[in-house]
Amino acid sequence: MTALSPYDLFTTMCPTLLASLPQPAASPLAAVLAAMPYALDLLAVLLLALGLKGLSKVRSARSANGLAALAMALAVVGLLIEQQLSPAAWLWIAGGTAIGGCAGLLLARRVPMTAMPETVALFNGCGGMASLLVAVAVALFQSAPDAALSGAVLVERISIVISVFVGAITFSGSIVAMGKLQGWIDTPGWTQSQVRHAVNIALAVAALVGGLALPADPAGAALWLLVVASSLLGIGVTLPIGGADMPVVISLLNSYSGVAAAAAGFVVGSQLLIVAGAMVGAAGLILTQVMCTAMNRSLVSVLFGGALGASAGGHVGGGGDEAGYTRITSCSAEECAMALETAERVVFVPGYGLAVAQAQHTLRELSKLLEANGTEVSYAIHPVAGRMPGHMNVLLAEADVPYEQLLEMDAINPEFPRTDVVIVLGANDVVNPDAKSDPSSPLFGMPVLEVDQARQVFVVKRSLGAGYAGIKNALFELPQTAMVFGDAKAVLAGLLSELRELGVGKKPASVS
Amino acid sequence: MSSLSQALWVLLLGSLLGLELIGKVPPTLHTPLMSGANAISGITVLASLTLIAQAHGQPALLLLGGASLAFALFNVVGGFVVTDRMLAMFARKSDRR
Repeated sequence: MTALSPYDLFTTMCPTLLASLPQPAASPLAAVLAAMPYALDLLAVLLLALGLKGLSKVRSARSANGLAALAMALAVVGLLIEQQLSPAAWLWIAGGTAIGGCAGLLLARRVPMTAMPETVALFNGCGGMASLLVAVAVALFQSAPDAALSGAVLVERISIVISVFVGAITFSGSIVAMGKLQGWIDTPGWTQSQVRHAVNIALAVAALVGGLALPADPAGAALWLLVVASSLLGIGVTLPIGGADMPVVISLLNSYSGVAAAAAGFVVGSQLLIVAGAMVGAAGLILTQVMCTAMNRSLVSVLFGGALGASAGGHVGGGGDEAGYTRITSCSAEECAMALETAERVVFVPGYGLAVAQAQHTLRELSKLLEANGTEVSYAIHPVAGRMPGHMNVLLAEADVPYEQLLEMDAINPEFPRTDVVIVLGANDVVNPDAKSDPSSPLFGMPVLEVDQARQVFVVKRSLGAGYAGIKNALFELPQTAMVFGDAKAVLAGLLSELRELGVGKKPASVS
Repeated sequence: MSSLSQALWVLLLGSLLGLELIGKVPPTLHTPLMSGANAISGITVLASLTLIAQAHGQPALLLLGGASLAFALFNVVGGFVVTDRMLAMFARKSDRR
């Protein structure tokens, strides 16, 4: 497989698609018109593939996104040319376009960068819902009469089952993931016990029964059993998963929505839909795998292991529970500012707390001040800091932090021993030294930022509550660590004014 | 059945293509890539349009098709715009460099 380049695959695929071309029509003009939709489809697939490829490189990413959007538009135009549309159909298309397009545009424009993971989850869920609705509509109103249960009809109905099943799981799972990230939904206690496996198995069996019964009677009770059981299964599977693992879940659900689209492609007989759906499904799986590797967790343990920490009895600090910490040093912004003033090398470790506090601009201001003072500033980016891989990069990019100052984990870890001050901003689990040293920790084995190697560590945090994974952090008790309690933005603003009072940045800096 | 085997080939090759396309991705681009791939998965908009086109005036089909079109387009338009917003931030910086 690795020997094949995407382009080889492409040339293999083209004849298959070309084979579906209709016989040449009588007049040349008619022939060209008849071939138009197919040409557009081929072009669309090509552009979609190039777009997806380009999205994985920093330089080409933005134009690649535009390319993919163009491909989508071409595919839609091709389809509209091919189908003979009645005025009523146009009316419904206009209505659906106006509602969906405007809502999407508004949300995408207005949503703050910090809420990006939830937004992707919501969009993704709606994609799953669309596939579900198509399959349900075909099952209810368009299936051939029962007598004609030929091979083609059977394939159509199996595709309906897959489309409904995957679409429903994608929708309900994405909505639960969004709710958990927004803090609307907690993790109920029963979902951490073994009961959840029994419930989910029962739901899966119910969905299976529905799925097996559906081909014989597509518009009957089996369809509704399948819809309800699959939706509940999506909730039951997503609900027990802890917030720390949510990025993986969203990525996996993204892959599912591709599968649902491909299944819908089988239902309506669109090869373009099958290709694009399969592409997204496979790409989503790869991305999911990349994230799992970054967290040193297997997909199986994410999906069936329950929330991190909850399964590891004694280790849990419990949300908001301050017991368990004994040697905490806390300090004021003033003391922290004095340490910063004399530091030659400072590393910031951003986490979800920074995103929540919307403190990226204040942070950038602070680092500018430090740079003016001759301090070397960089940012340590853990692959899964925040709620999604790359979350912090996006956030800091919004505040105009130079790309070169963002250092990945492997690049920054050897630098910590020669770092004077590390400031941890609302990150927790990704700086927990137990992950390296304590085999009984649930985090053991996860690659972390080795901030405990630095001379001095300040942890900016709202309270001593456990991190999202609910695990106690040994870093907080180290002698070189001091806690600065407060909202990240307020603390950073305090640091800024303290530093200005100390005269930092005002005295003529040696260089720059 | 030949159209079925054809469709299965398309499925297989499309999956392989997807596996190949996303080989190495810098972590910076994980979120935008996820968001972009998510927008592409809204391609199911084609299924919604086909449904509407072949509804032959049946109101229930038109209604379901219209609803599914709205959901799919919400995904597509929102997905591409939000991805562009994220990537615009990177673009601005590379211009400056």
